[in-house]
Amino acid sequence: MIPELGHFALIVALLLAITQSILPLYGAQKGNVILMSVARPAAQGQFVFVAIAFGCLAYSFLTNDFSVENVARNSFSQLPKVYRFTATWGSHEGSMLLWALILAVWTTAVSVFSRHLPDDMVARVIGIMGLVSTGFLTFLLTTSNPFLRLLPAAAEGRDLNPLLQDPGMVIHPPMLYMGYVGFSVAFAFAIAALLSGRMDAAWARWSRPWTTVAWAFLSFGIALGSWWAYNELGWGGWWFWDPTENASFMPWLAGTALIHSLAVTEKRGAFKAWTVLLAITAFSLSLLGTFLVRSGVLSSVHAFATDPARGAFILSFLVVVIGGSLALFAWRAPKMLTGGRFNWFSREALLLSNNVVLLAALGSVLLGTLYPLLMDALGMGKISVGPPYFNAVFVPVMVPALFLMGIGPLTRWKGDSLPDMAARLKWALAVSVATGFLLPMTLKGFNPWATLGIALAVWIALSVLIGFRERLMHTQGGLLRRLGNLPRGFWGMQLAHFGIALGVAGITLVANYQTERDVRMNVGDHTELAGYTFTFQGTTEHPGPNYRAARGTIEVSRGGAKLFDLHPEKRIYNAAGMPMTEAAINYSFTRDVYVALGEPLDDNATTWVVRIFHKPFINWIWIGALFLAVGGFMAASDRRYRIAVKAIAPANAAVQGA
Amino acid sequence: MKPRHRKLALITLVVAALGVSVALVLNAFNSNLVFFFTPTQIVNGEAPTNRAFRIGGLVEKGSLKRQADGLTATFVVTDTAKSIPVSYKGILPDLFKEGKGVVAEGKLGHDGLFTATQVLAKHDENYMPPEAASALEQAQKAQKTLVK
Repeated sequence: MIPELGHFALIVALLLAITQSILPLYGAQKGNVILMSVARPAAQGQFVFVAIAFGCLAYSFLTNDFSVENVARNSFSQLPKVYRFTATWGSHEGSMLLWALILAVWTTAVSVFSRHLPDDMVARVIGIMGLVSTGFLTFLLTTSNPFLRLLPAAAEGRDLNPLLQDPGMVIHPPMLYMGYVGFSVAFAFAIAALLSGRMDAAWARWSRPWTTVAWAFLSFGIALGSWWAYNELGWGGWWFWDPTENASFMPWLAGTALIHSLAVTEKRGAFKAWTVLLAITAFSLSLLGTFLVRSGVLSSVHAFATDPARGAFILSFLVVVIGGSLALFAWRAPKMLTGGRFNWFSREALLLSNNVVLLAALGSVLLGTLYPLLMDALGMGKISVGPPYFNAVFVPVMVPALFLMGIGPLTRWKGDSLPDMAARLKWALAVSVATGFLLPMTLKGFNPWATLGIALAVWIALSVLIGFRERLMHTQGGLLRRLGNLPRGFWGMQLAHFGIALGVAGITLVANYQTERDVRMNVGDHTELAGYTFTFQGTTEHPGPNYRAARGTIEVSRGGAKLFDLHPEKRIYNAAGMPMTEAAINYSFTRDVYVALGEPLDDNATTWVVRIFHKPFINWIWIGALFLAVGGFMAASDRRYRIAVKAIAPANAAVQGA
Repeated sequence: MKPRHRKLALITLVVAALGVSVALVLNAFNSNLVFFFTPTQIVNGEAPTNRAFRIGGLVEKGSLKRQADGLTATFVVTDTAKSIPVSYKGILPDLFKEGKGVVAEGKLGHDGLFTATQVLAKHDENYMPPEAASALEQAQKAQKTLVK
C-alpha cells in the first residue's frame, strides 16, 4: 500500500511540475499576473508530493519491505537502521528520487526567499526549474520507478553495498546533490535573463547568493566523498581521478569560474554573456555528472546502450537542456550590452584569467573522462586515462591560477598600477619563496614540487593577511570590533582563499612526504615507519550487526613509549559473503597513521600482510575544503543581498521604463 | 604602444598560451593513455613490451601462489582460450578471488611474465570488470569462428 501511495504521489508531483512550468512561463511572456502567481504554490505543492514519495520509499526501506524490488536489491534485514535509511538513495532509482526531492527543496527555497524580486523574474525562474523537474520526474516514472513490486516478494534482501555502509556515505550524496541541483537555480536565473532580456547588476545580485550556496554545498560534498574514499577504500588515497570523482569535480570547476565571473557582473556590469554561458555550463555538467555516475555508463557502455529506454531518455534530456539553452543563448546573448571598460591590469582582468585557467583545467578533465567512453562506444578499443595524465595536465595549469590568486583580491577594479602592486607584495613574495625552500629542507630534503606547492600556499595565505591589514588600516576602534564590521562577503572570500592555501599545503606535503610500507607480520612482529614502531598483536573474532570481522590489534609506539592501539578489520558481510577492509586511522592535525589488514597468509590467521601509511598534514586538505564551504555560506549571507536588493528593485524598474 | 597594438599583442599572447597548453595536454594525453589487451592478443604478440597496459580476464582456479617473502603474489589470468602469468607485489584487493574477473595494469617482460603495478578492484561483488568481461567475450567469439 505504502509503495503505491509513493508512486501515486510521484505522479501528482509530475502534474504539478508541468503546471509549475507551463503556466508561469506563459504568464511571464504575456504579462499575465494571475498565471505568474501560480508559480509559488505549484512549486510548494510539488515539494510536498515529492517529499511524500521519498518518505514512502524510506518507509519501505526502514520496514524491510522486500516486496519492493528496489528494497530487496539494496537492503538487508540485519542492516543497521541508519544504513537502511541511507540505502534509500543507494540505488540508481533512489538517487534519482533524491535528486528530484532536492530540486523541489531548492525551488521551494526560491519561492520563499524571492519576495523582493519582480514577479516575472520569479515566475520564469520557478517555471524553468519546473521544466527540469518535469524531465526528472518523467525519467523516474517511465524508466526508473523506485516503487516497482517484486512478485513473489523476496525472503531476504541482497544488502547495501558494504562500501556504502560508512558515515561519510550517509551525508555525501545529499550534500553533493545540494550542490549539483543548486546550480539549477543559477541556470534558471540565466535562462530567465535570456528570456526577459534583462541582464544587469541587479540580476547578478539576485543570482549570486544562490550560486555561492550551491557551490559551498558542492565543495563540502566533494570533500566528504574524498574523505570517504580515504577512510573506506583502504588504499590510503584521497583522490584517484576516477570518472565518478571527475563527474563531481567538473561542475565544481565551472561553478568556481561562475562565482568569480558573477562578481564582475555584479560589481562592474561586465562579462554578462560569459556569466550566463558559465551558468549553463555548470548546470549541464551537473546533469552530465549525475548521469555518468548513476546510469551505469561508466561500468559498461554496452550495458547502457542495451537498456534503450534509459539511455535514450538521458541522452535526449541532455540534448534538450544543453542544446536548447545554448540555442537560446546564441539568439539572445548578442543583445546584451557589454559593461564597464577595464585596464589589462585590473581586478576584472585577473578574474578573467582565473576563468580562462579554470576552464582550461575543466577541458582537460572533460577530455580525460569522456574520451575512453567515446572510444569504447565507437568500438575503437578499450583504453583508460589514469592519474598520470591528470596530474601532468592539471598541476601545471593550476600553478599560474594559484599565483594570480594572491594578487587578484588586492587589485582595484578598472585598473591598478603594477609597480604599486609589486611594492605592496614584495615582502609576501620573499617570505613565500624563502619558506618554499627552507621548509622542505627541514622535512626531508629539497624537492622542487614541494618548494613550489609550499611557496604558493604561503603566498596565498600572506595575501589573505595583507587583504585584512589593508582593509583594517583605515578603520578605528578595537581590533575584534573592526574585524566584525568587515562585510561578510569579504570574510567569505578570504576564508575560502585561505582554505585553498591550506588545501594546497596539505596536498603538497602528503604527496611528497608520505611514506608507506606493505609488510608481512606474524604475532609479535614489529616494523618501523616514519619514526613509529608498529607491533602486531594478532587478530580476534569480532561479530558485527551484519558481518563477521577479524579484528587486528597493532600497538604503535615511539621511542619505546606506547602511544595508542589501532584496530584494523577484515570483514565478511553476511548477505553476499563480500569481504571488506576496514582501515584503522589515528588522526591528528599534523599527520595520520593509517593501518589496513591485507590477507591472512596462513590457515589459522596468525600471519597477515599489513599495509601501513604515514600521511603528513593530510587533514589540511579537508580542513581547507571546510573553509571553502564556510566561506561560501558566509559570503552568501552578506548584508547587501538582504537589504540592498529592496532599494535596487524600484531603481531597476525605472531603468526598464527608460 | 597604441591601444590597437596593445590589443594585438594581448591576442597574440593569448593564442600562444592556448597553443602551448593544447600541445601540453595532447602530449600528456598521448603518453598516458593506457591500452587494454586480452590474454589472446598478448600471446599473439600484439601487446607492447616497452609500455604499460592493462590485461583482463579470469583468475585461473588454483593458480594463486604467495612467494616466500609473503608479499609477492603470482597468478594466471585467462580469457578461457589463452593464459598469461602475472606477478604482483603488495596487497591484493578485497574482491580478488580465483575464478573471478580481474584487471591488472603493468608491463610485459620478455619472458612473458606480466608484472603488475596495480590490481584493480571494483566496488561490487556481482560485477565483472568491463575489460575482463570483454576479454572473455572476444575469446568465445574467436573459438566459435574456429569451430565453423
